[in-house]
Amino acid sequence: MCQVDEEYNGQLEHRVTPRGCFKEYFIHKFRAMLGKNRVIFPGEKVLLAVSGGPASSSMLSQVQEGLSRDAPKKLRFVPGIIYIDEGGASGQSMEERERAVAQLESVFRATNYHYHIVHLEQVLSLPSSVLEAGSSATEKPQTGSSYKAAVDQFIQTKKNQHPDFSVENAQSHLSSLSMQKVENGVTSPITPEHTQALQRLFASVRTLTAKEDLLYTLRQHLILHTARTQGYTKVMMGDSCSRLAIKLLSNISLGRGASLATDTGFSDPRYGDVVIVRPMRDYSSKEIAYYNRMFDIPSVFIPGLDTKAQDKASIQHLTESFVTKLQTDFPSTVSTIYRTSEKLHTACPPQNTNTQPFAKCLLCVCALDTKLGESHCQCTKTASHHRNVLYSLNKSKSFCTEIKTVDLKSLLCYSCRLTIKDMVSERTSITSHYS
Amino acid sequence: MAAPIAIHLEFGGGAELLFGSVKEHHVTLPNQSEPWDMKQLLVWIRGNMLKERPELFVQGDTVRPGILVLINDADWELMGELEYELQDKDNVVFISTLHGG
Repeated sequence: MCQVDEEYNGQLEHRVTPRGCFKEYFIHKFRAMLGKNRVIFPGEKVLLAVSGGPASSSMLSQVQEGLSRDAPKKLRFVPGIIYIDEGGASGQSMEERERAVAQLESVFRATNYHYHIVHLEQVLSLPSSVLEAGSSATEKPQTGSSYKAAVDQFIQTKKNQHPDFSVENAQSHLSSLSMQKVENGVTSPITPEHTQALQRLFASVRTLTAKEDLLYTLRQHLILHTARTQGYTKVMMGDSCSRLAIKLLSNISLGRGASLATDTGFSDPRYGDVVIVRPMRDYSSKEIAYYNRMFDIPSVFIPGLDTKAQDKASIQHLTESFVTKLQTDFPSTVSTIYRTSEKLHTACPPQNTNTQPFAKCLLCVCALDTKLGESHCQCTKTASHHRNVLYSLNKSKSFCTEIKTVDLKSLLCYSCRLTIKDMVSERTSITSHYS
Repeated sequence: MAAPIAIHLEFGGGAELLFGSVKEHHVTLPNQSEPWDMKQLLVWIRGNMLKERPELFVQGDTVRPGILVLINDADWELMGELEYELQDKDNVVFISTLHGG
């Protein structure tokens, strides 16, 4: 770490400030991560998922650095920001939530990017189509040379959709945004009933482990929905190296071993038309904390579900405490886990047009790792049936009783089954769909 | 040290929750014959400032794993960690890295 330079400063031949050196290293890592895994096309709309925490705030500042005019070989994509207000699930009052949102809005306004503030309550009124995996816009590039082909194809597709599209247009659009007042994503107002419905949903889950898992799933659905409706084809998440190491281990404990590669890898293509990328996965949380402190990156602390929880309150929390403690005595813990995760690849199914497409879990949209029910065809029929009811608020009670527990469980992967099993059946329409 | 020393403390990353959600504190450590070191400072913070859940901040002699300590904007590992002797007007920052983002 560049911090060590402070001790040797006097002995260096040329005066290199540790701050400057560290900043260059930090910025370079971001650019290198995007350059190494070339999945972002010039002119593409990319949604930045910012939670207010240090890692995603740092990611936001890196994007600003990369897109700024005086950056050498500057990045070329069109960013937008999304913030999901989860206060309804973590028990915050409306005043606290509004205060946090106001603080974040001032940070977002300073960037001059289009931003969306979405309340978690809105997940209850999402259309069922959010659970369908869309078709990918371009094929996955096999080798480095076909990245150029993929970019050309992307620009061609865009041109067919918008005849006057060009990368220059996209860039000038971006610069004009900074000159005029940005019109931002209007959030639909939420009523106390919405908040109560969300609280009932979370209260029906017994363990904190399942609550955290459910919260993560709902958050992903909301981000995905916003990306699709607003025309974003990529989503950047701010998961740091430390966080991904913890996620890797806790996912194994949760029974998500089959989808480790997509859950912790750089790019997550499970949704098809929207690809999730994790450009911060090379930074440890310590580096991020130093950078934010040294260069005054604004971040807002918002308490979550597991704030001030006991060590053993949930599997995720316990894993975090385990990895963090081990890291103090063995500083290579996180990087070892990270290197191991890099070696994981998703096994691709044999390319055969006759086979059925891989069945996907209803909630997390990963390939099903459990045996299907009676027959595959029957399951796909009931799957579309279930998707239609899963997100509707106003289903009548008689309809709900038609849905049997066994049908729904056969559509979920092992881990999502465990999460749903944790829910006590209630009369609310949502939970009776789940249980 | 004869005179009491003034220290500027800062808490970030969520650690402020344990200190009444106040991020910045100016404290004056009472005078004593030996110089104040970080170990004693932690004991003093635990006794005088921590409002709740001491185990979330201090573990044994040192801070809980996951909490970064900066002394005058330098990593405390470079300054000797617990053995560092505090000087007047030092700036000590505790940042919790446990809340991701």
